[in-house]
Amino acid sequence: MIALFSITALSLIMIFLFIEGISIFDHVSIKEFIFGKYWYPTDDPADFGILALILGSFCVTFLSGIMAIPLGIMTAIYLAEIAPPKVAEIVKPIVELMASMPSVVIGFFGMVVVAPFIQKLFNIPVGLNIFNASLMLAFMSVPTICSISEDAIFSVPTALKEASFALGATHFETIVKIIIPASLSGICTAVILGLSRAVGETMVVLMAAGGAAMIPGSIFDPVRPLPASIAAEMAEAPFRSEHYHALFAIGIVLFLFTLIFNLIADFLSHKFRQVGEASL
Amino acid sequence: MNKRKNIFIAIIFLLTISSTVFSGELVIKGSTTVLPIVQKAAEAYMAENPDVKISLSGGGSGNGIKAIIDGTADIGNASRFIKQKEVNLAGTKNVYPVPFRIALDAIVPVVNGKNSVNNLTIAQLKDIYLGKIKDWKQIGGTPGKIVVISRDSSSGTFGVWKELVMKDERVIPSALTVPSNGGIVQAVTTTPGAIGYVGLGYLTGGIKAVKVDGVEGSEQNTLNGSFPISRGLFMFTKGWPQGETMAFISFILSRKGQDLVKEVGSIPLF
Repeated sequence: MIALFSITALSLIMIFLFIEGISIFDHVSIKEFIFGKYWYPTDDPADFGILALILGSFCVTFLSGIMAIPLGIMTAIYLAEIAPPKVAEIVKPIVELMASMPSVVIGFFGMVVVAPFIQKLFNIPVGLNIFNASLMLAFMSVPTICSISEDAIFSVPTALKEASFALGATHFETIVKIIIPASLSGICTAVILGLSRAVGETMVVLMAAGGAAMIPGSIFDPVRPLPASIAAEMAEAPFRSEHYHALFAIGIVLFLFTLIFNLIADFLSHKFRQVGEASL
Repeated sequence: MNKRKNIFIAIIFLLTISSTVFSGELVIKGSTTVLPIVQKAAEAYMAENPDVKISLSGGGSGNGIKAIIDGTADIGNASRFIKQKEVNLAGTKNVYPVPFRIALDAIVPVVNGKNSVNNLTIAQLKDIYLGKIKDWKQIGGTPGKIVVISRDSSSGTFGVWKELVMKDERVIPSALTVPSNGGIVQAVTTTPGAIGYVGLGYLTGGIKAVKVDGVEGSEQNTLNGSFPISRGLFMFTKGWPQGETMAFISFILSRKGQDLVKEVGSIPLF
């Protein structure tokens, strides 16, 4: 019953999103909307091109992935395999605590503390940029990636490990050749979930990414990712105006992004699923 | 028994009539810049006159004036004067919009406290926001890239900036956008090469107000009209206002109303 209710509610939200968003395509073509370089929604005549916003989201997510994935997975391996039980007992709750940190706190930290620091450190004109936002997003996705892949690594059967040791493999060889391949499905899911958290995150990118709707030229350029645009403009967009519909259409694009991420996660977790102990 | 019942009904009847006669309902629509002032004033007014109901909504200056012409609101707020096109439209419907200036608003360009630039012309400001001037040394400052900070396109402050400084040309896409006046203060304080613009009420330490065409942005210079980036905030009514509408506008124009204007960060008329 409850499951049915939540599914109905979710599909109603989805239908609403699509109904409100589709009407923008009466004014601009899908191609102009996706590949248009200029986002000037309140001008007369207005320009509704979200290429710069899509690229903004992409760059921020990609860079945060580069930072968060190795860090998250390596922490997970350390916690599950190498760390003495006492250390793991302390570090694991801390990582999980980090996952529950409110995003607005992280965003504020990025804006007030990290931005001036980055700006001085690299001697660049502005501290609110792709690099800053990615760093903050990495902060948020490391705990997700770490705790899910840690569970996956932890659940690798002991028999596999012991067999590896019995054949004379070192601990390092066992980790690289046995444990990681055996838990790859779980690690992939962890990575995708971490990234989809980063792509949909609003508050951090609103506060730390700078909000310039331009196509970025370097990692120190400010960008305006998709969720930041919706959050910043929705309150002021006149009800049922073109701008309002355009923001809903951005919502559709964002929805499709996370959907694709989830499908990939599903696909990967099936592909690398470990069946029994003999398939390695 | 029956008599008492009749009296009771008569009293109820009288009460209903009197409440419909003496109470008013005001519908106010329009500019989001004027909204906070009206909100504050409406609260105070309703506290003094409990039988008046004021319903407020935003929607922008254009919507406010349109509501007056269509007769869907008693007062239409606008952060600009009525346009010729709108006057013509009103004329065809035999409506005579009457403007009331209720407050003033000034927008001041600001730079980081360490910046040596003190004065900029409107043309220079425009070129900075168009991306034609990219370095502080081009306008007599210490060399360094100019970081242009602007407001979200839906903000009322942005609307004035666009009209009075940009002359309706587009701000470069690489300009950072910040969702609030406070956000601009924060960004300009922490970024040495930054330039931004805020409402007069937001000037604080850490940022430096820049003179425009040699005129300092202050309450006084706005009132005498010498500061160029300022505007009047208006209320429009359909014909000369009557009854409750008039009473409410008089309230805003009274000493008490103007004190509320100051409280929300705009400039009172007197």
